[in-house]
Amino acid sequence: MPRYFTEEHEWIDIEGDSATVGITDYAQEQLGDIVFVELPDVGAMLDKGGDAAVVESVKAASDVYSPITGEVTEANGSLEDEPALVNSSAEEEGWFFRLTVSDKEELDGLMDDKAYKAFVDNL
Amino acid sequence: MERWKACSGTDVLSDTIPEEDIPLDPLPLDAWHRANGARMVSFAGYDMPIQYSGDTISHGGGIVAEHHWTRESASLFDVSHMGQLGVSGDGAGEALEALLPGGIASLKEGRMRYSMLLNEDGGILDDLMVTNAGAQFGLVVNGACKWDDIAHLREHLPDEITLTHYNENALLALQGPKAADVLTALVPEAGELTFMTARYADWGGVPLWIARAGYTGEDGFEIAVPGEHAQQLAEALTADDRVEPAGLGARDSLRLEAGLPLYGHDMTDATDPVSADLTFALTKKRRETGRWMGHEKVMAVLDAGPEQKRVGLLIDGRMPAREGAEVFAGDTKVGTVTSGGFSPTLSRPIAMAYVDAAYTAEGTALECAVRNKRLPAAVSPMPFVPHRYFRGS
Repeated sequence: MPRYFTEEHEWIDIEGDSATVGITDYAQEQLGDIVFVELPDVGAMLDKGGDAAVVESVKAASDVYSPITGEVTEANGSLEDEPALVNSSAEEEGWFFRLTVSDKEELDGLMDDKAYKAFVDNL
Repeated sequence: MERWKACSGTDVLSDTIPEEDIPLDPLPLDAWHRANGARMVSFAGYDMPIQYSGDTISHGGGIVAEHHWTRESASLFDVSHMGQLGVSGDGAGEALEALLPGGIASLKEGRMRYSMLLNEDGGILDDLMVTNAGAQFGLVVNGACKWDDIAHLREHLPDEITLTHYNENALLALQGPKAADVLTALVPEAGELTFMTARYADWGGVPLWIARAGYTGEDGFEIAVPGEHAQQLAEALTADDRVEPAGLGARDSLRLEAGLPLYGHDMTDATDPVSADLTFALTKKRRETGRWMGHEKVMAVLDAGPEQKRVGLLIDGRMPAREGAEVFAGDTKVGTVTSGGFSPTLSRPIAMAYVDAAYTAEGTALECAVRNKRLPAAVSPMPFVPHRYFRGS
């Protein structure tokens, strides 16, 4: 199951025609204590690079963008009760939402884990 | 840099005031913060710690942990960006009273008072603490305002009054229920202070000016120390297991819970003390006698009642309403949030807002507009979390 990364610090796992999206461990660390995550509604159509979710830390609200175009099929209900999951498990249990993959070519411009690590090291 | 060197140290001030965008010299604890895992951000022209992390922090670090630690034990905050000023000379108290709406000349030695600089229109230029320090009056002003404050004071204080900027002093705030035990172990005289009193103390040859005050709602102290001894003091305080460093992030969430307004957000030069719900700082006698800048305008607001007033809002759910969020009563916009965030103590969002006078009663149901949502909110008395100041046993 390949995982890709964006320069806005989202990760995306691809499994067939479905994708799972979250924010990276680097991102959660930068944001600090997360107190609320506003997730997209199931059925919402997201555009690549468009607003998908908002993550609220104690200090500030930050936008999360959709790495690809697609329709939201599921949102992570666990984050409603336990937004701190994003801090403790950003790249596993703290996933944000799932969506359909409508155009696999959109993945071409994303980074793999090695490229993302190099990207973060240079920040 | 050279342009404003004349302002540093204990020299009497020159007319040279730095431009806001000129980077300032690092504060005395800069390296100490970095060595202790601080994440530094730019604030008031300085690099300041917003939060800490790493092995040296027993609670693990982060804004929420630092916040809770302050409420349960004691945290050390570096607030050296704030301006430490001295006003001296015959009639210094009376001279300050021309610029501040509080009783200053009547302040007994060792007593402090919360006050503010007002402009001719009654707008708040800055809020501050003023202390009768015996030989002079001490002022602690906001870091982001200090250069403008100095210019204002220089312009309006009489020539025979001397204004001194203690630019090379650090200011450390030790805040929390265990602060007094920690500090008195190092400096026994600190135990003689009660809330809003201050005194000099000698700490093994290091001169300290200690005030029992702060900005968290907890008992605690603000300690002025010569910059070259700041690290020594920070290390001595954090050597106590009850103390961990805390950054500006926790300072902001703590002061919000304590209902304490933040200059530049909850009050500006466009707001007057009455609208800002700071009427307590207008000393009763001085309301009548007047002769302070802005008196006429402020009294007019006091007599007529403010059009809008600063209130607290308790917000339902978990989504915070932040600065700039509009406040509604039904379809009518009745106010604006001036600071808001998530309260770690109450586990819910809280905010301060200016709302139309008709909607300021405790319990009034309002809504905050955040993105495409309306968050139910209720006007709440402040502080949101009770103050625990030490007023004497």
